[in-house]
Amino acid sequence: MNTVTMNVNKIPELYFECENVNPDTFAGKKAAEIAALKGYQGKKISTLGEYFTITGDAGATAADTKIVINGDCTKMKYIGAKMSAGEVVVNSSTDMYTGSWMTGGKLLIKGNVHSFCGLAMKGGEFTVEGNAGNYLGAAYRGDWRGMSGGVLRVKGNAGSDVATFMIGGELIVEGDVDIHIGTHMEGGKIIVKGNANRRVGGQMVKGEIYVFGNINVMMPGYKYKDEVDLEVDGTKAKFIEYIGDLGERHPKKKGEMVYGKLYMKK
Amino acid sequence: MPKVVTDIICPFCGTLCDDIECTVSDDNKTILSVKNACAIGAEKFNHQKLPGRVTRPRMRQADGSFKEVSYDEAIDWTAKMLVASKKTLMYGWASTSCQAMSIGHEIAEKVGGIVDNCATVCHGSSLIAIEDVGVPSCTLGEVKNRADRVIFWGCNPAHAHPRHMSRYSIFPRGFFTVKGHKGRKIYVVDCRYTDTAKCADTFIQVQQGYDYELLNAFRTAARGESLPDTVGGVPKEKIYEVVAELKEGRFGIIFFGMGLTHTMGRNHNIDIAINLTRDMNDFTKFSIMAMRGHWNVTGSGQVLGWQYGFPYAVDLSRRDQARHQTGETTSVDLLVRNEVEACFYIATDPGAHFPVDAMISSSKKPTVTVDPHINCTTEISDIHIPVAMVGVETGGCAYRMDNVPIETRKVVDAPEGMLTDEELLTRINKRVDELMAAGGA
Ligand code: SF4
Repeated sequence: MNTVTMNVNKIPELYFECENVNPDTFAGKKAAEIAALKGYQGKKISTLGEYFTITGDAGATAADTKIVINGDCTKMKYIGAKMSAGEVVVNSSTDMYTGSWMTGGKLLIKGNVHSFCGLAMKGGEFTVEGNAGNYLGAAYRGDWRGMSGGVLRVKGNAGSDVATFMIGGELIVEGDVDIHIGTHMEGGKIIVKGNANRRVGGQMVKGEIYVFGNINVMMPGYKYKDEVDLEVDGTKAKFIEYIGDLGERHPKKKGEMVYGKLYMKK
Repeated sequence: MPKVVTDIICPFCGTLCDDIECTVSDDNKTILSVKNACAIGAEKFNHQKLPGRVTRPRMRQADGSFKEVSYDEAIDWTAKMLVASKKTLMYGWASTSCQAMSIGHEIAEKVGGIVDNCATVCHGSSLIAIEDVGVPSCTLGEVKNRADRVIFWGCNPAHAHPRHMSRYSIFPRGFFTVKGHKGRKIYVVDCRYTDTAKCADTFIQVQQGYDYELLNAFRTAARGESLPDTVGGVPKEKIYEVVAELKEGRFGIIFFGMGLTHTMGRNHNIDIAINLTRDMNDFTKFSIMAMRGHWNVTGSGQVLGWQYGFPYAVDLSRRDQARHQTGETTSVDLLVRNEVEACFYIATDPGAHFPVDAMISSSKKPTVTVDPHINCTTEISDIHIPVAMVGVETGGCAYRMDNVPIETRKVVDAPEGMLTDEELLTRINKRVDELMAAGGA
């Protein structure tokens, strides 16, 4: 695997749209060709080379390409967005759309990510060592398909609207989440190891949400079902199972109504 | 002899009343009296003759004072600012005509602007919900003629849309609603006992921040499922009772306002209210409508939607694509994050409505404000360009809150030599063309 190293050498005046910073676009390109790729700030079109010092050539394919980014990326958008293979490691926090629409490969952010990250993610592994903003793993505005595959792990806290319209995959927040998690969810699994504020699983059709800590206010549309022993992300414990959202439509499978499931650790 | 102009459209709130009468002086310059309008609507017409109106552009000087400049100078300065800036916020539009908007959008496409309207701090969250789940709606005429179950949720038309209740929603007698108020059941859901609530048959006092939970409870009750004893401070018996009454109606309508759009959860509150409306259509006919504020904010959404597919916060900064993301391309976020280099405000007053941080950021950027009057925003702008009042001194198309287009009328002449929004924007557009042809960005 070839490694391309990018060192930030200039902080953008506004926010820099790095939609070309991913293994798929870099594949098969020499360092100089990568430096000539475009980046955007409104109508000003620049090259990646104006904001990053780039060393190392990319591999022949995305899968053979690893990108390591050093320096302050808090004003960089779209890093790792739409990547399908390979690896990206960012030794900084990043701005919006990090890892959105990714379909494969590994993306590691050794800092925080802003809002709209991991939007409509389809596959791969996306890990954030710090905190995430709002709309993590959610659908793009107006779309009804949020995260559908892959594993998205945030080691810190996440904001509100996490996993709106989620339809598949696994999303783990090791810290706390704010309001509206799993809204309109129709599949997949969410694990919150800390506390969830309010409105957990509102309008949920299908899927599973596990909360290890407290929920401040429970949705009225959830009903107690049972107590179960489960192993969730390496933790064995007793969980209370609720079904819901009873105010929402639900499909039938083999004549049985399918509900969303909410498990709270005892 | 003063003459009477009839059938005037009121350019103040989203109700767009179309029965205003004004008495106009002989020389067609002054409105002497206003009939039929509510107090706030009449005030809009009376503004026309306020003493001390600014009639020529003003440019800020080094010492902070304003100096009168010609329209040509102001237009040149504005066009240069737009051409030089990498990303410009072009905010407002809610109190001008659709024709003016379309010229503004043409400029934005050329200079890489982000066009946003007052929905961004108002019903933007309703628009997000509509993007997410659609909306079963109707016209105000249908409400007047058919509705027998009327819900006001988090809105207070008694003060914000004063003639809404008498013209459409509570009192009028319509084709199938011959008994007027008596034939309708009125519900008000609010955390306060408002003046609108005084007209209600049923007032439901919801604990602040529990609208989403209460709407969820309504939906759960409509499906016959069990509920906790109280939801948001409302006993479950009350919820079951109201849901049963709604199902028995012939035509129901939910009107909602800032109490839903700007309390916790925002778009989700509207989303679930829309879904309740959808559920109720399994039993009867039901609609939902946003109580839009500024008289033509709906029009801005219509024109933007028609041109770019998004109703507000349309980012044209890349010039070859339109993007939209609430939280990113919305005015307050752009300003607070310092994501734009210049500001162009038209037909609104962000200085009065935006958070302080946003306006502090704005005040540090080159700023042009186009508005008939002096307002909070003009005072932190580099240039204030006064224009004729749309709907009073010039006509133009507007959309009522139910998305019905209505052509507003000119009532009196604008002060001598004053441009309209359309004329001004056309000239800015032309100047932008010249600068770009000469090698501007
Ligand atoms: S209700 Fe609205 S449109 Fe009608 S007169 Fe009053 S302000 Fe004007």
